[in-house]
Amino acid sequence: MEKVLMKGNEALAEAAIRAGCKCFFGYPITPQTELSEYLSKQMPKRGGVFLQAESEVAAINMVLGGAATGTRVMTSSSSPGISLKSEGISYIAGSDVPCLIVNVERGGPGLGSIQPSQQDYWQATKGLGHGDFRLIILAPNSVQEVVNLVVRAFDLGEKYRMPVMLLSDGLLGQMMEPVEFPEISDKQADKSSWAATGTKMEREHHIVNSLYIEANDLEEQVVKRYEKYAKIEETESDAELYLCDDAEIVVTAFGATSRIVKSAVNKARAEGIKVGMFRPITLWPFPKKQLLDATKNAKNVLSVEMNMGQMVDDVKLALDCKLPVAFFGRTGGVIPTPNEVLAEIKKLNGGVQ
Amino acid sequence: MTYEILLAGFGGQGVLFAGKLLAYCALFENKEISWLPSYGPEMRGGKCNCSVCISDEPIGSPKVMEPDLLIALNGPSFDAFVPTVKKGGKVFADSSLIDAPCTRDDIDYFMVPATQLADDNDLLKGSNIILLGKLLGETGLFSMDTVRKALEKNTPAKRAHTIDNNMRALGIGAAYECK
Repeated sequence: MEKVLMKGNEALAEAAIRAGCKCFFGYPITPQTELSEYLSKQMPKRGGVFLQAESEVAAINMVLGGAATGTRVMTSSSSPGISLKSEGISYIAGSDVPCLIVNVERGGPGLGSIQPSQQDYWQATKGLGHGDFRLIILAPNSVQEVVNLVVRAFDLGEKYRMPVMLLSDGLLGQMMEPVEFPEISDKQADKSSWAATGTKMEREHHIVNSLYIEANDLEEQVVKRYEKYAKIEETESDAELYLCDDAEIVVTAFGATSRIVKSAVNKARAEGIKVGMFRPITLWPFPKKQLLDATKNAKNVLSVEMNMGQMVDDVKLALDCKLPVAFFGRTGGVIPTPNEVLAEIKKLNGGVQ
Repeated sequence: MTYEILLAGFGGQGVLFAGKLLAYCALFENKEISWLPSYGPEMRGGKCNCSVCISDEPIGSPKVMEPDLLIALNGPSFDAFVPTVKKGGKVFADSSLIDAPCTRDDIDYFMVPATQLADDNDLLKGSNIILLGKLLGETGLFSMDTVRKALEKNTPAKRAHTIDNNMRALGIGAAYECK
């Protein structure tokens, strides 16, 4: 397979088409523009639908409609646009239908900035809308991983009948790296038991709905959903451990920030500091067991994020107060530098000597 | 070997394109690469820069903070980024547009009157490629054959005639003897 150079946004779009996505509904926003631009050109040529809706709210409800038919369907946006979509995301979760939602994060709150950020970690993992529900949240850190995770996102969504979010950011979206597209099987889950595809007067109606008149019925439905979530937490969490075996300091980082952290870890290792990196690939489910494994020899943990400290909460919860957890972040669209992270690592290294 | 390269100038001077050519050259030679544009509410004439990392190892941070090689196409970029160049690094700058002294003695300056050379040789807007030529000439990073392949990959069919002009610009840059 030939390697090509592509921006993260374009590679994501190409991977979605190859993964059998047939409908894209969206509304433009920086810094995800290349994604919808690419799909606007390619979808009509390759048997799909590209539709620019009149608003984010319209787009996400079109996603719900498409997903209800069992079609592979997606939308993409950036932070403020995801906030607008959150009502629809809650309806999709409440309707138990699969889809892919992409957030190419930018600075916030409000209209914020158009530069890269990770300020939507809390939103993605804990508050994508009203109600008791979860999305599987995947966080790539390279253009190649963007491609790989798009395919996984569609498969997981269908396996568990739920929406999946791919959390990218302005840095990953805009950068070009060599990428190859794996052979992607067009095999999809069997949706014949629930998809609303027309009865042809030969079967009962398949009703896709998030409204329950009886509280007990809704409770039963939500509890069933949580049993599914428990299974996902058990089996689907994923993380990368980098030089953690002998690490006395473990730096946790996800997405683009992990690239900067990896550079800082390499610099610190060159100075003889025993430091490693733990990178969650699934933000929900958060890879708790893997973090415990990564920190088995650690004395200190440092969470580095492009926000004021969000994932650090999950790191602390997973470690259950067994280790001190420090935080370093830049926010608003500012990207931390490897030297800044190195300085934080050295502070902790001084502390344990 | 890892090269961290920063290209900077005004939007419209071909900063991103020159960076893309380097990235494609690296792709053809099976290197690890990242190419990252600065982006913002910017437009033609605004400031623009582009980070290119080329390595045999996987790339960590794609944002170049301390370049080994800097191409500066205008004065503000020269002023902003020369102080960030790594000790022992190289600066390639357009002396037609930059009238600043070369004060660091721990880096090499290659001051090329690229805009003037482009005008003299009927290579409109070719200053980016002339400086790229000088960079390739001084560093030997990629052969001219590889660059031609990168140009062919990045030039749409209706602009195919520009490939020869760009190759000429690369040659002029590479051959220029800095004072």
